[in-house]
Amino acid sequence: MHTFAYARPATVAEALAILAEHGPDARVLAGGTDLVIRLRDGSLRPRVVVDIKRIAELGPGIRVADGRLVIAATTVMAEIAADERVRRDFTALAEAAAVVGSVQIRNRATLAGNVCNASPAADTAPSLLVYGAEVVAAGPAGVRRFPVDDLFVRSGVTTLAPAELVTAIELPIPAGRLGAAHARRTRRRGHDLASVTLAVAVDAAGVTRLAYGSVGPRPVLVVDESGVLADAAAPDAATAPAFERLFAAASPSPRSMRAGPEYRLAMLRVLGGRALRTAIARLAGE
Amino acid sequence: MSPAIPIALTVNGRSRTLDVAPHHTLLEVLRDDLALTGTKECCLVGECGACTVRLDGRIVDSCLVLAVEADGGEVTTIEGLAPEGGLTRLQGAFLDKGAVQCGFCIPGQVMAADDLLRRSPHPTVAEVEEGMAGNLCRCGCYAQITEAILAAAEEGGR
Repeated sequence: MHTFAYARPATVAEALAILAEHGPDARVLAGGTDLVIRLRDGSLRPRVVVDIKRIAELGPGIRVADGRLVIAATTVMAEIAADERVRRDFTALAEAAAVVGSVQIRNRATLAGNVCNASPAADTAPSLLVYGAEVVAAGPAGVRRFPVDDLFVRSGVTTLAPAELVTAIELPIPAGRLGAAHARRTRRRGHDLASVTLAVAVDAAGVTRLAYGSVGPRPVLVVDESGVLADAAAPDAATAPAFERLFAAASPSPRSMRAGPEYRLAMLRVLGGRALRTAIARLAGE
Repeated sequence: MSPAIPIALTVNGRSRTLDVAPHHTLLEVLRDDLALTGTKECCLVGECGACTVRLDGRIVDSCLVLAVEADGGEVTTIEGLAPEGGLTRLQGAFLDKGAVQCGFCIPGQVMAADDLLRRSPHPTVAEVEEGMAGNLCRCGCYAQITEAILAAAEEGGR
């Protein structure tokens, strides 16, 4: 691994000062499960690595504030998957966090890191999109909040400025009941990146939110407000066109080694249908 | 070269202070500086689990942890599971069930299995498979490893 300086700021202000000083030559280190690999293979060569894990004000990991669940930037997947509040109110996120990598990876990898790496295959991204999660980013001009949907540009590229630090991911606690589910397809069971990863949420008003990843340069959110998809009793003739419209934004790369585009598009519909049925059943309390 | 950084670790119950380069991983420091070579270097991308150690109560791939990140932490390696010269029940079960062929992946497998039995003392086969998904065995001893873990659980735990 090439050499770099290591910084361990104690406050967000200190971290921001380091990021401002070094610009693109600084990289933020949270869990390191992606960063350390890229430091080793030389695809990233920062002059300074900024470890944010000792910033006390980023903790505690998961808390409720102003009707929102606040997940600190240093919170790891294992904590999220095990958290009772996440499992109850954000089931699809708990399910997604529980299948990222392996036990070893989930003990280190953070939700914020998963999002900031902007991998099209990030398993937590679809659930964050369907729940309307927001990114909290601190920067030189202060703190800004914006939808996770506005973060992703393409693989590895986000709308964050180099001097900004994501301090938390926030999820608005749903006012009414929601049924939601995460589903993914991997080449083998166990530790693998997703060939398709998606989440569905349906609410009592009949709005269906579907988000999918690993089938294009960034995860995509689509919303159906017609009510037909959330209606388990709707005839196939009514649901089929609405269902098909959900997938119009999928454009899997023909160059990916994990799965061909035809397979991904076929599995997207299979998994989308399954997750939708699970979400409807959960909304009904089954 | 960035200057070395002083860190303090508790490794297998013993306090250690050492100076580490910022770009050296916990795996490198355990093997090269502390001569604890039970922990293996293999894939270096967090997929094979051969470098699994316990850090502050949670298993991690030590190839993906910078040594400086572990500063102040408590590390248990395969060398620290059983008293010197002894074996844990789980380690014995690995031998009894023929789960150890070439042996290279076994320290990581045992660390992951030990963690699984701490979290879930009586795992189902599915829980064993999920708990061990981060550890590859190129000899293909998965069935024997699963048997060993279930046997250890049955006989009273790790």
